[in-house]
Amino acid sequence: MTLREPQDGAFPEPQEGGGLDPIAGEWQRVSPKYVTVDLLGILISGVMFVVATGVPFFVTRNPWFLLIPAGALVLHVLLAAFTPRRVRALGYLLRDDDLVFRKGIMFLRVVSVPYGRMQLVDINRGPIARAFGLSELKLVTAAAASHITIPGLPEADAERLRDHLVELAESRRAGL
Amino acid sequence: MTLPDEGAVPDEGGRPGSTALADGEWHRLHPLTPLLRGGLGFIAVIGILIANLRERLVEWFLPGVVCPPGDPDCGTGDPIDYLVDNGYVVLALLAVLGVLLLFVAGFYVSWRMHTFRVTDEVVEVRSGILFRTHRKARLDRIQGVAVARPLFARLFGTAKLDVEVAGQDANVPLAYLGNTAADALRGDILRLASGSRAHGAPATAPAAGGGGSVIDRRVSELLAPELDPNLAPPQSVVHMHPGRLIGSTLLSGTTLAIVLVGVGIVVAVVLSLGAVSELFWTLFTLIPVAFGLVSYQVNRVLKFLRYSIAATPDGVRIGYGLLSTRNETLPPGRIHSVAVSQSIFWRPADWWTIRVNRASRQSSSSSGQSAQQSTVVLPVGSRDDVFKVLELLLPAIVAGVDGESREVLERGLTGRGGDDEFTTSPRRAAVLRWFSWRRNGFALFPGAVLLRRGAIWRELAIVPTPRVQSVAIEQGPLARALRLAGVHVHTVAGPISPAIGALDVRDAEGFFRDAEAAAVAAAGADTSHRWRSGEE
Repeated sequence: MTLREPQDGAFPEPQEGGGLDPIAGEWQRVSPKYVTVDLLGILISGVMFVVATGVPFFVTRNPWFLLIPAGALVLHVLLAAFTPRRVRALGYLLRDDDLVFRKGIMFLRVVSVPYGRMQLVDINRGPIARAFGLSELKLVTAAAASHITIPGLPEADAERLRDHLVELAESRRAGL
Repeated sequence: MTLPDEGAVPDEGGRPGSTALADGEWHRLHPLTPLLRGGLGFIAVIGILIANLRERLVEWFLPGVVCPPGDPDCGTGDPIDYLVDNGYVVLALLAVLGVLLLFVAGFYVSWRMHTFRVTDEVVEVRSGILFRTHRKARLDRIQGVAVARPLFARLFGTAKLDVEVAGQDANVPLAYLGNTAADALRGDILRLASGSRAHGAPATAPAAGGGGSVIDRRVSELLAPELDPNLAPPQSVVHMHPGRLIGSTLLSGTTLAIVLVGVGIVVAVVLSLGAVSELFWTLFTLIPVAFGLVSYQVNRVLKFLRYSIAATPDGVRIGYGLLSTRNETLPPGRIHSVAVSQSIFWRPADWWTIRVNRASRQSSSSSGQSAQQSTVVLPVGSRDDVFKVLELLLPAIVAGVDGESREVLERGLTGRGGDDEFTTSPRRAAVLRWFSWRRNGFALFPGAVLLRRGAIWRELAIVPTPRVQSVAIEQGPLARALRLAGVHVHTVAGPISPAIGALDVRDAEGFFRDAEAAAVAAAGADTSHRWRSGEE
């Protein structure tokens, strides 16, 4: 069974001395369409935040209160600017005995979960992601800290991956 | 009133004997259960009524004490006077009697409907009159069996059996059973869960408190040692020395807080000699705080005064409690991580405390203090005690404590770094770990991961590799600039978070790969969910 997408490959990020790269391999990336989904989400949240924090200004007409919505705006613009890189930094790797997931550029986190440790696999679809035919895969183990959420998977891929993972988990089932 | 000797009344067809409760049939709980569960509330209601009627009772028996004879207004407007004056006394008494009967009938029916059974595979409990609940727990998923004896239940010779399963508040409580029945059933459940082939082997029969009357038996049960001496080999038992417990409680951050609050009170009194209202408010806030802190300390001492930990064939048995006792049996492989720690106050005495992460948790709202209790395995102990307890908790890892593994663990506890088994932070990590960078490190032990950290508040976290759920490696921008990274070994939630930061990037990456490989290998080979299935 192949779950590989054509855009496989090692991460192109420059690995200077301090960078973290615990596992070299053919990382699978999430769908590029997820960039749009994420941007739309940031847009909605940005509009909501700017409007909500703008209320004091509309009530008092004091120009100093404009600083709060301006701050929210700058924050969301920054978030949006880094979105393509952040989405490209998401990746997962199906190894022989475990699934490895990485996320983040500035705050990099790599988690590896042995297949036998997965307690359940969830598929979630938000309204925006559904419009783009994307799903989010969530893996749960007995430890709350090892939560893994892989967003932006095409629906068919997500379902195939889920079935594959459940099958693997079943064949390597261990106690807690 | 005669108390039945057997804890539960068997249904028709129940076989007599020590394993009568685990024969796969449905059984009922101890007949006193309604009294013990609802009785306290009932007594409280009666107490409130009596408190409210106190003046009336005094008036009845000692006329003229409350109401002077010449005062016509005294006592008017009272509902009981109204009842007496209008001739409703009989009606009122009937109503009270009716409510009482309703309560008794309700309790009786709920006791009739509350049944449990223990089969080879599961423990099941059915309860409720209108809203039925049916809880089933698989025996091979059991995380521990606890026998709790609250003071009130203890006086009646009963106990509460808690079958603990992984999850938040996911235990199966059997409250209440007779003392002997609870002990026998615990043995049966553990034997069935262990997968031992020795089916039908007699459960360890607890020493009966001799013959004689009911009172004699109760008294002898109350005075009996917390741990039955026949149950565990004496060399495996760790007891709590009262002096050490009190000393360690005094040498803690809470004591420091009490002293600070006391100083605050004195300062407040001195500074506000003139202004009485200010003084009042200061004391109003500070004195309750002081009381709370002191009672916390006293509670800790009382809770652990009769503490003991011992090895039994079916796992570690931890018992504590002076008036209300509780003892838990943790089968092998149910401990997800262990932390041995020492605050700076305890260092001169070389005292340590041991906490564990377990898969079964009680939310603090449902059972109050027991949530805290079940994670503290050794409240305070010398270094020898620590190694004894570690050997009980992780026998496979600490096997032969006197050998090489003890030295490694010693270095894990007190090592200052340098040339030992632990891979420690590089010198440049001193920016982030001012005092502990030399010590801050990890070691891969056969069967476990050791994480050592803290120079002032020393801690050694031990995670058995078969219990590792996943491994993470993390790096923020500051760590990246310093070529550092942190690792986190994920286990079930609890007081211990086995993580270590500020390691060299390459070391951290190596740890990540090795720990993950070890966890995968160990999980595949682990059979502790049926811990005695290999035995004949």
